[in-house]
Amino acid sequence: MSLLRTENVIMQFGGVVAVNDLNIDIKKGELAALIGPNGAGKTTAFNVITGVYTPTSGKVLFTPTDKNGATTEIDITGKKPDKITGMGVARTFQNIRLFKELTVLENVLVATHLNADYSFLSAMLRAPKARKGERQAKMDCEFLLERLGLIDLKNEKASSLPYGQQRHLEIARALATKPQLLLLDEPAAGMNPQETDELTDLIFKLKTDFDLTIFMIEHHMDLVMEISDHIYVLDFGCTIAKGTPDEVQNNPKVIEAYLGVDADVED
Amino acid sequence: MVVGMTMETFLQQLINGLSVGSLYALIAIGYTMVYGILRLINFAHGDIFMMAAYFTYFGIAVFFLPWYVTFIITIGLTMLLGVTIERVAYRPLRDAPKTSLLISAIGVSFLLENVATYLFSGKPQAFPEFPLMTTPFFIGGLSFQPVSIVIPIVAFILMSALLFIINKTKIGMAMRAVAVDYDTAKLMGIKINGVISSTFAIGSALAAVGAILWCMKYPSVLPLMGVVPGLKCFIAAVIGGIGNVKGAVLGGLILGFSEVLMVAFFPALTGYRDAIAFVILIIILLFLPNGLLGKKQVEKV
Amino acid sequence: MKETQNSIGAYLKLHWKTAVFLVVLLIGIGLADIFVDSYMRRLLNLCAIYVIVSLAMNLVNGFTGQFSLGQAGFMAIGAYTVAVFTVPIESRAAIFYLEPMAPFLANIQLPFIVALILGGLASVVVAFFIGSPCLRLRGDYLAIATLGFSEIIRIVFTNTQSITNGALGIKSIPTISSLWWTYGTALLIIIATVLLINSTYGRAFKSIREDEIAAEAMGVGLFKTKMTSFLIGAFFTGIGGGLFAALLGTVDPKQFYFTLTYNFLLIIVLGGMGSISGTIIASFVVTLGQEALRFLDEPMAFGLDLPIFRPGLRMVVFSFLLMVIVLFYRKGLMGTNELTWDFIAQKYRSIKKKLSGKKTSTEGGGN
Ligand SMILES: Nc1ncnc2c1ncn2[C@@H]1O[C@H](COP(=O)(O)OP(=O)(O)OP(=O)(O)O)[C@@H](O)[C@H]1O
Ligand SMILES: [Mg+2]
Repeated sequence: MSLLRTENVIMQFGGVVAVNDLNIDIKKGELAALIGPNGAGKTTAFNVITGVYTPTSGKVLFTPTDKNGATTEIDITGKKPDKITGMGVARTFQNIRLFKELTVLENVLVATHLNADYSFLSAMLRAPKARKGERQAKMDCEFLLERLGLIDLKNEKASSLPYGQQRHLEIARALATKPQLLLLDEPAAGMNPQETDELTDLIFKLKTDFDLTIFMIEHHMDLVMEISDHIYVLDFGCTIAKGTPDEVQNNPKVIEAYLGVDADVED
Repeated sequence: MVVGMTMETFLQQLINGLSVGSLYALIAIGYTMVYGILRLINFAHGDIFMMAAYFTYFGIAVFFLPWYVTFIITIGLTMLLGVTIERVAYRPLRDAPKTSLLISAIGVSFLLENVATYLFSGKPQAFPEFPLMTTPFFIGGLSFQPVSIVIPIVAFILMSALLFIINKTKIGMAMRAVAVDYDTAKLMGIKINGVISSTFAIGSALAAVGAILWCMKYPSVLPLMGVVPGLKCFIAAVIGGIGNVKGAVLGGLILGFSEVLMVAFFPALTGYRDAIAFVILIIILLFLPNGLLGKKQVEKV
Repeated sequence: MKETQNSIGAYLKLHWKTAVFLVVLLIGIGLADIFVDSYMRRLLNLCAIYVIVSLAMNLVNGFTGQFSLGQAGFMAIGAYTVAVFTVPIESRAAIFYLEPMAPFLANIQLPFIVALILGGLASVVVAFFIGSPCLRLRGDYLAIATLGFSEIIRIVFTNTQSITNGALGIKSIPTISSLWWTYGTALLIIIATVLLINSTYGRAFKSIREDEIAAEAMGVGLFKTKMTSFLIGAFFTGIGGGLFAALLGTVDPKQFYFTLTYNFLLIIVLGGMGSISGTIIASFVVTLGQEALRFLDEPMAFGLDLPIFRPGLRMVVFSFLLMVIVLFYRKGLMGTNELTWDFIAQKYRSIKKKLSGKKTSTEGGGN
């Protein structure tokens, strides 16, 4: 079953066509990757999916599963980002966007706001419902921090974390929104090979444990080829190839556009 | 046409609206240029205008300088004031959070108002009349104050000059580049500080001319005289599309005409004259948040 | 029953210092209420009102990062509501002598507390109309729109003669002089704000201040959350204005000139944008400081006729102070920190360390 589909999505900024006729189809439970050279339009594609930008034309369709297990396809094109997140799409940012002045724990707690079921009045009165909600949220978030190896840093300011751990925190924060689809924008950027390996394992485990579908932008080819079920390749906004890692790896267009400069990119 | 208004008075009101609108336009340009480049509401701009009015007052009514000397000194001092404010109060905060910059602008505004009150007293000071400008003359039974004609003409000449500077000169090109993309312009080797200083100098010079003309039309000065015109002219800039010089002119004119005509058609609302700008602001923000000539801005994520 | 007792016990054990502090504070207010003279009483009342309004401003500007400058206007709404609804009916004819009070209001008199809350709610309604267009757009517009609103509301109140008595203002408002009204309200508002800030709503506010795009991506609805903060702020500010009217016993449009707002701006900048305790401290510092520096406005300040001391100098000093803080001490007294027991202990330790560090280094130098 498709979880996320885009139909002929075009995103234009003035004269720049950042994404040109994007058609993706991500099945529930798979791990798909989006690759392509710098400036190919990958982040823009994520921004369109998550509602940061409204596409110039085309449609984004998402099929979440509700608590009864029922599924309906919803047109989320141009919906507000918070609404889309509320339906079950979470993301991380390529250029880390943590809440710098807040603590690690607070960063994750923010992402539980959409599931909070008490009003600001009961928060101001510390009503039992608010107290219970707070306690539950805190427990959930500490569990996530535990999973991402950040629990000992929970009271540190987010901006004081080393780069790699900031990326982990971004993932923890995204998970706290209870997503069905997780979009990761270059989660391994700036990491050394060992860290990248660890991250690969982690992503894989999180995917199974949280029953996630993952769509990931990544430049580290080993990582991508190792864990992806499907790969989409963008170049100048156009989809030049899609398929399994094997198919993509052997596609001459891809080799020309991307893998040919792979060595440069990985540096 | 509303009963009680003849064609003649209507024409007079139109000329009046044109001159008020031109004054607003001159001040609004300063707001829009600074906002275009620094994304800052220069709260002090209205008070720079007020200081210019005091410079004029001192030149003419206290030191009895010839008017042309006074005008030159006023424009020079006001430019210096504008550039100094940017240098001292805004430049050090360029990399600070935006709120700090905004607070600094409010602080400068507050400081100028208080310094003016302290130095010049809070009471209004009257100008000697400019008979040349205020003695009415008649055309076909209509009486006009010369100043109401002079203001739009001066304003028109200055705005044409400004558009020429912005579109045809090197510094103008640099200004546009910085306004479009601050970081890229910096990377391309444009001297940001110079561009920003010129922006403040030009904006302040126009405010100075606005103040001089203002004093001819309304011959009195007051430490808080810049507040309401300042707010209105920022609104004029928003109406036209903030960051857009032609928009500021358009917004200023629209505001001038609306005020004058509202009071002319509905004399009962005279007390609310200063409120109309804010009503227009709310309407514009609701239906045309980018103003009449402004472009939609997308933040890069 | 036993369980609640236990939980209260546990709570006290955890927060005994705070509990002791609160008790001492309440006793202090009680004693002050009995012993201070009327001048000091008025000043202390003013401090509490400034705490309320500044806290509300910090909620919006410091915690949520939305730049509102409408404090004077919202206070005016609260103040006029209290004035209109609490002035004794029999004295209304004498007050509204230019134009009688509008018939639909003339015979309505409400208890102070009801009028006070009504004033807060009226502010909320107005705030909703300002916020609806502005909070959807780039932040800067809110600053101009709220400042503009402050001016309009004065214009409106000056022109609605039969409701507000126009430029003459309304006198003979029944006054409150007990410190309990202002300090009681301030205390309630402080507690409510602390609890709010430490809840999911407070974190949502702060996330918007930190990064709107990330906040939205984490499911925080920008408009709704900003509006929540803005409306709560307007409510508290309206309440502050109502207390202000009842403290002074008179309202007129000039009291609510927009420069009033700059006092609160100075307070939150001095205290730290995003610090509740900083705001409280700064409210006292600024209010008492403005009183203490009154001599600056008096020509004969030091018994000499110094020409620099004359009306207006005090405000010059204050606006200069605002500039100095913004330019050189951007974080104010507290930054985004709070004066918690941990914070005090930590500061105490670091100061002690610094002092002993200095000692050893001078000793080292002596050797
Ligand atoms: N808000 C915007 N306004 C104008 N142009 C934009 C905007 N966002 C993206 N672009 C342009 O769209 C193109 C694609 O950018 P995008 O960030 O999507 O690339 P990318 O594939 O993510 O690259 P990278 O690997 O460097 O992250 C670029 O040319 C970029 O400059
Ligand atoms: Mg990218």
